[in-house]
Amino acid sequence: MGPVMVLINSGNDIEWRRRTTKKQIGIWLGWLVGISIVLFAWSVISEKTVWFFVQDAPRQAADIGSRMIPPKWSYITKLIVPIWDTINIATLGTIIAMTIAVPVAFCAARNTTPHSSVRVVALFIIVSSRSVNSLIWALMLVFILGPGVLAGTIAIGLRSIGFCAKLLYESIEEIDESQVEAVRATGASNIQQMTYGILPQVLPTIAGVGIYRWDINIRESTILGLVGAGGIGLQLNGSINTLAWTQVSTILLVILVTVFISEWVSAKVRGAII
Amino acid sequence: MLKLSALTKRYNTGDLALNKVDLEIPDAQVLALIGPSGAGKSTLIRCVNRLVEPTSGTATLNNVNLTKLSSRALRKSRRKMGMIFQEYALVERLTVMENVLSGRLGYVGFWRSYLRKFPKDDIKEAFRLLDRVGLLEMADKRADELSGGQRQRVGICRALIQDPDLLLVDEPTASLDPKTSRQIMRLINELCSERGLTAIINIHDVLLAQMFSQRIVGLANGEVVYDGEPEGLTPEVLTQIYGEEDWTATIDKVEDEDIEE
Repeated sequence: MGPVMVLINSGNDIEWRRRTTKKQIGIWLGWLVGISIVLFAWSVISEKTVWFFVQDAPRQAADIGSRMIPPKWSYITKLIVPIWDTINIATLGTIIAMTIAVPVAFCAARNTTPHSSVRVVALFIIVSSRSVNSLIWALMLVFILGPGVLAGTIAIGLRSIGFCAKLLYESIEEIDESQVEAVRATGASNIQQMTYGILPQVLPTIAGVGIYRWDINIRESTILGLVGAGGIGLQLNGSINTLAWTQVSTILLVILVTVFISEWVSAKVRGAII
Repeated sequence: MLKLSALTKRYNTGDLALNKVDLEIPDAQVLALIGPSGAGKSTLIRCVNRLVEPTSGTATLNNVNLTKLSSRALRKSRRKMGMIFQEYALVERLTVMENVLSGRLGYVGFWRSYLRKFPKDDIKEAFRLLDRVGLLEMADKRADELSGGQRQRVGICRALIQDPDLLLVDEPTASLDPKTSRQIMRLINELCSERGLTAIINIHDVLLAQMFSQRIVGLANGEVVYDGEPEGLTPEVLTQIYGEEDWTATIDKVEDEDIEE
C-alpha cells in the first residue's frame, strides 16, 4: 500500500495530505486490532504459566551456572575428534548441497529455465528441502542409514539445497540482461551465453552463498549429535544426560570457539570475493 | 546490402513499435536513425539481428532473408552483424580482453571459449583492435574499471572482431559527455570507412547525426517520415519527426560547426 497523494482544493487554500481520511482511519483501526490481539495473547500466556517456576528461574540458572564452573579442561582431548567430525559434516554437506543447488537454481530462475514445467519441479525441490529442519532430516536419516557422520552429512546437505538454490535463483533473475543480450548478438550459442553472459554475473553470489551456508552449517551440525547423527552434539547430549555440567561447559566453549573461527573465515573469504 | 520491407513489430502489450518500414541501405553507407524516444529506433535495429522477433515483414542482408532463419542459421548470420550498445553492455566482471574475444563466440566451439583457448589469429586481431582504439595497455583490466568512453571503445572492438558486414549501433553516445561522444562517433565513422562497413546508428543528438553520417532517416511512431541528406533537416522536417519546437538554435549550431570543421 503506497502513499496516495490527496489534494484538497478549497478556495485559495491548497492542502496536501499523504492519505485520505478514510485510509487514515483504516490504519488506526488496524493498529487498534493488532494491539488488542497482543494484549489478549499476553493474558492467555500469563494464565497458563506457573509463575512459581518462573520466579525460581534465576536461582536455578545460577545453580546450573555454578555447577558448570570451572570447565573440565582435560575433557577437551576427547572433543578433538567429534569437533573435527562436526566441521567435516558441515563442509561436505555444503559441498553436496551446492553441487545440486547450482543446477536447480538455473532451472528455477525464470530467465534461464529450459521449460516452465522444469521450473515447477525445481521450485518444488527448493520448497521441500527448506520446509524440513536439518534436525528432522537427521532424525529420519538415522533411521534409514543408522547413526553416524554419514546421516548428519546428508541431512545438512538436504537442508541446504533449498536455502542455497533459493538465494542463487533470485540472484540469477536479477542479472543485467543487456550483458547477455550483447553476448547473444555476437552469434553465441545458448550455453556460451550462459558461460559468458550469465555466469560471470552470478559467480560472486555462488561463492558467497556457499560460504554463508557453510558458516550456518557449522552451527547446525553441532546439534545433530542430539539425534545420533554424529559430531560434537553426541558428547553434549551424553554430558547433559549424565549431569556432567563441567563437561557441558567445556563443549559449549569449544563450539563457541569453532563458530567464532568459522565466522571469521567466512567474513574474510566473502570480503575477498566481492 | 540491407533491405527491410514492410518490417512490422507489435509488442505483446499491443504497442505498434514499427509500422511497415521499408528501407534499403547500400553497402558501405553510414546511416543515422533519428527520432524521439519510443519512435521505434531500438526496435528497428533489434529486428534486424532478431534480438526482437519482428511480427511481419522481412529483413534481408546480402540476399539472406534474416526473418526466416532457423536458430542455428540465425547464429551464423549474427556473426556478420556487429552490435554496439547504449550502456556499452560489456560483461562487467570479465576483462577487457575477454570482452573483446567474446565477439568471436559465434566462430569458436563451446569448450575452446569456456577454457579461453581462442585461436592465435583471434588473439592477434584482438590486440590489433585494442591498439587501434588506444586501449592496448588496458587488455587485462576488468571492464568495470574503465571509464564510459573506454568501455564504449571496448564495445566497438567486440563488434569489429566479429568481422561484420553490418554494424548495428544503438545510441552509442547517450551515456557519454559531448567531447567523448564526438570522439566515439568519429571513431565509428573512421572504422566504417576503413572497412567499408554498412552501419545503422540510432542517435538522439541531431547535431552528431548530421556531422557523422551520409544519410539520415527520421522515425516517428514507427514510421519513416524523413529519408535524405543530413543537410535536408529543416525546421519543418524536425517538427515532422519530433513535433512542434523552436528548431532554429539546433539548425544554426550545425551551420556554425560546419564552418569550423
